[in-house]
Amino acid sequence: MAERKVSSLELTNLCLNHIEKNDPKIGAYLHVDREGAIQQAKGADARREKNESKGALDGVPLALKDIFLTNDLPTTCASKILENFIAPYDGTVVKKLKDAGAVILGKLNMDEFAMGSSNEHSAFKPVHNPWDLERVAGGSSGGSAASVAASLCYGSLGTDTGGSIRQPSSLNGIVGLKPTYGRVSRYGVIAFASSLDQVGPMTKSVKDAALMLNTIAGHDPADSTSANTPVVDYASSCDEKITPIRIGIPKEYFVGELDSEIADAINQAIRVYQNMGCEIVDISLPHTSYAIATYYLIATAEASSNLARYDGVRYGLRKDPGQGLNEMYSNTRGHGFGLEVKRRIMLGTYALSAGYYDAYYAKAQCVRTLIRNDFAAAFEKVDLILTPTSPNVAFKLGAHQADPIEMYLADIFTVSCNLAGLPGISLPCGFNRDDLPIGLQLLGPAWEEARILKYAYAFERETEHHKRRPNGL
Amino acid sequence: MSEHSKIDSEEVHHIAKLARLNLSPEEAKEIGSNLEDILRYVELLNQLDTSNVTPTSHAIPLPTKYREDSSQPCLESSKTLRGAPERIGDGFGVPKIVE
Repeated sequence: MAERKVSSLELTNLCLNHIEKNDPKIGAYLHVDREGAIQQAKGADARREKNESKGALDGVPLALKDIFLTNDLPTTCASKILENFIAPYDGTVVKKLKDAGAVILGKLNMDEFAMGSSNEHSAFKPVHNPWDLERVAGGSSGGSAASVAASLCYGSLGTDTGGSIRQPSSLNGIVGLKPTYGRVSRYGVIAFASSLDQVGPMTKSVKDAALMLNTIAGHDPADSTSANTPVVDYASSCDEKITPIRIGIPKEYFVGELDSEIADAINQAIRVYQNMGCEIVDISLPHTSYAIATYYLIATAEASSNLARYDGVRYGLRKDPGQGLNEMYSNTRGHGFGLEVKRRIMLGTYALSAGYYDAYYAKAQCVRTLIRNDFAAAFEKVDLILTPTSPNVAFKLGAHQADPIEMYLADIFTVSCNLAGLPGISLPCGFNRDDLPIGLQLLGPAWEEARILKYAYAFERETEHHKRRPNGL
Repeated sequence: MSEHSKIDSEEVHHIAKLARLNLSPEEAKEIGSNLEDILRYVELLNQLDTSNVTPTSHAIPLPTKYREDSSQPCLESSKTLRGAPERIGDGFGVPKIVE
């Protein structure tokens, strides 16, 4: 666009046409703001015409997971309880993207309240993986991942509580970055688990992710958990000269049921880094196998508290008051929440209830310390950690629906990073025999997004995986 | 933990009441059985001795920051109220709670 070879309006119309043609098969969007997008695109083109462009994102058509409050647009969190909710203001990240001139195409499908790993828990429709429409897009940011993979937008925002950016990115062959907890404001992001949630970009390339992070990162007075830590220019960090670093391979991530084709792809990725001169170091994260149990106790406890706000009083659904206020709450919530959300509210309420708090919630918080200590010890020895993002490629729709624990285990390689608050990225590193994407995960110490992006970009430069797009749509 | 991980229907009912969550009989049955499975699974945490471990509530310790105590514009009440299921004047309406 900077070279005036293509206008924002042309790119926006291209996305809108792709959405019209392909999204009925994919189900990535819950709401498309056609008129708004065209208007924003015209505004961006006018600025560029007058040499008043706001920068790299000005006029770029993006889309948002439907968890981000977006002024005057529906924001449903893929839940019936918010089906008719129109956000009254922009969350901080949405405002930052708009201020940078980005065109907002619409709101993307997700697992209800970000609870799920397959996008089958959306109250409205599942997302189909663009690489194979009979397979899941992953979750919870499944719409964000599928929309990027199928060129229904040029980049999207997701949220990651236990892997919800990285796992769907892996399953869709795109790049997804979960920044350090506190790097990006959560103001105006519907809360799931407040000590774990973090916002991040999902894009076709590492550079695009860096550009989006440049726009959304930084302290926000409206979110007291956003950090005052210095923010660098992540896009130019990508271009810095590569120096050989130490990359840790945790043995606990290469046991059990890891798919052999995924293991092969990861081993090839390791060789790419070895060829750059990086030293590969065997490390141990001994508490890895406790991460899922820890995560589900902490995340559901926080969720049961966060979701108390959906009470039928101030916004959203309200059902029959029956015998009074308490019955109105119970009826509204019973009617408005889907089964997975109910399951997690029940687990979280149980874990926090009198008599069980110490045995479950407090215990999980202690194990969280051990998991955090594992990473602290590992980063004494290495500069980055390399793992598969997901133990499997995209599975068939319906495959794990009967067993919640089996679904929870889809996040086994991603949850530890949230428990420790660390940054992590997923990027494409190969395809299996069925042409389904495989993802590589790089984890770094707190606040080291620049290092992660630099070495992710180095990998991308040496490989062609990110250039492949699903065909047959 | 283990002595607690049997969840009967009375317990499901009690937790649902605490959570202000109306469950159908089918949901109550399914969630009760899911909870048992999940609680059995999380028992693996008991393999770890955490008696000398400090709990982590936030992974990244952040000092409390105070912003300047100055007034900021807030949302117009018409916008705040537009999603309200019931409005009474410029406020949210709820069923009668005091006789």
